[in-house]
Amino acid sequence: MSTVESELKIVTDATCTFCGCVCDDIDLTVDGAHIVEAKRACVLGKAWFLNHEVEDRPHCLIEGQPATKEEGIERAARILADSKYPIIYGLSDTTTESQRVAVGIADWIGGNVDTTTSVCHGPSGMAFQGVGEVTCSLGEVRNRGDMIIFWGSNPAESHPRHFTKYSLMPKGMFVPNGRKDRTCVVVDVRKTKSAKTADIFLQIKPRRDFEALWTLRALAKGVSLDPERVREDTGVELAVLEDVMQRMKAAKFGVIFFGMGLTMTRGKHCNSEALLALTRDMNAFTRFVAKPNRGHGNVTGADNVVSWRTGYPFGVNHSRGYPRFNPGEYTTSDTLANREADCALIIACDPMANFSQPAREHLASIPYIALDTKVTPSTRAAKIAFSVATYGINTGGTVYRMDDVPIPLRPATESPHPSDYEVLSQIERRVQSLAASR
Amino acid sequence: MGCMSETFIMIPGRTSKQGCGISEGKYGENYQSEITTLQVAPEDMERLGYTDGDTVRVTSEFGQIEVVVTTAKGDELPPGLLFIAYGDLSSRLMGGDTHGSGMPTSKGFDVTMERI
Repeated sequence: MSTVESELKIVTDATCTFCGCVCDDIDLTVDGAHIVEAKRACVLGKAWFLNHEVEDRPHCLIEGQPATKEEGIERAARILADSKYPIIYGLSDTTTESQRVAVGIADWIGGNVDTTTSVCHGPSGMAFQGVGEVTCSLGEVRNRGDMIIFWGSNPAESHPRHFTKYSLMPKGMFVPNGRKDRTCVVVDVRKTKSAKTADIFLQIKPRRDFEALWTLRALAKGVSLDPERVREDTGVELAVLEDVMQRMKAAKFGVIFFGMGLTMTRGKHCNSEALLALTRDMNAFTRFVAKPNRGHGNVTGADNVVSWRTGYPFGVNHSRGYPRFNPGEYTTSDTLANREADCALIIACDPMANFSQPAREHLASIPYIALDTKVTPSTRAAKIAFSVATYGINTGGTVYRMDDVPIPLRPATESPHPSDYEVLSQIERRVQSLAASR
Repeated sequence: MGCMSETFIMIPGRTSKQGCGISEGKYGENYQSEITTLQVAPEDMERLGYTDGDTVRVTSEFGQIEVVVTTAKGDELPPGLLFIAYGDLSSRLMGGDTHGSGMPTSKGFDVTMERI
């Protein structure tokens, strides 16, 4: 028994980078190249760690043919440097260190840098600029939050430890009885798994988030409303919304977590803006904060890095030699669907599966470079595809949790493949010298 | 008969099965079956005479997909709403325009559905 155990490696407090919860309390048992146990991980975390295997693939494929990493880097750098409208996209599933290099490449080649935020909470990013962000860390939610609202977000499926680790179940400093000390409201068009954990479920009409949020804003200000009109506009009885507002005002520390239900539905940034404005309004009565529930492991890091390097969170263009921000123009769904980009560097994301048909068709028609740990529709159609190591499992570095708290990675196994950081750094050095020689 | 198509509101979204499928591999069976299955409210299933496993054609303003239907659990979906896990097929229904936001309308758009 002791010999078997001595062959197993234990990595304590490993960090799971599958979703924006970035749980950093996972104990991994590693047997050779395989992770055989991931203690405390949720269903998504277990799938992330236990399915990890290093695929026996070449480091690089050029037009589907095996090539050396060096050949791939040379071709990639030339494609990027020779193009008129290069775009760099993805970055939500890689380290902060790699993200920093990617922004550098965009700067050298006068290209766009955009992240998967633009098809996630990009609209919320726009709304933050409009009304500001009343925010806090997840630690504060855990210790203080007594009124927890989830709006258009289904953490039971997307962030399975959200309730138990941060928002509902924990016994905190000012909520010593945990769940009993918290009121939970879920607002959604579907009665999701998350709705089943709520004390109050508001099933609103589809595409009526904006109306429901503005109804609550009116109630916060004491405006009298016509019950029939409210029912017609939102699908919820006025009396129910009045009761929720009463509870919101009576709370000591309210939190609204919101998701893609707002940002992906007609209205988009206007929906997020209404929610942030409601949050701001509530601070006339009590402490209230709003937090977007972020999907990918380091999408929050992408926002932070792109912001501190360019001044803007996503959708940034460098063609004039300085950064310009314009969602709807420099965001990747647009540069592709409008057939503007003439080459792309795709990092840790899968636009060939997730983008609209016109965007995919254009991406397939231009030369692009893809970095991914796995074979995806995007790596299959790439001119140059790099197989890279998996962040958090094979490589160290930093990721940002959804509340902007940076967390270090503790890798468990080695990969024969290079990291994103290594490939991107080499591409950056090469485009830098190509740019200098012109 | 059976050629009438009616309008529904489509809600693509994340599911934990789809999330696990990403880690297992996008060409794996779990991921593929999750992203090609459409959930329909029990009332709509009954009214339309559909049974689990029927194939339907779903058409939006921008695209068309063929998927297998399954009855949504309990009261998760109200009548008139359809749900599908994010993936290749759900994206085929989205348009390219982002209305100045960078985000295509990816949830809550109108579709028609008919059995084939």
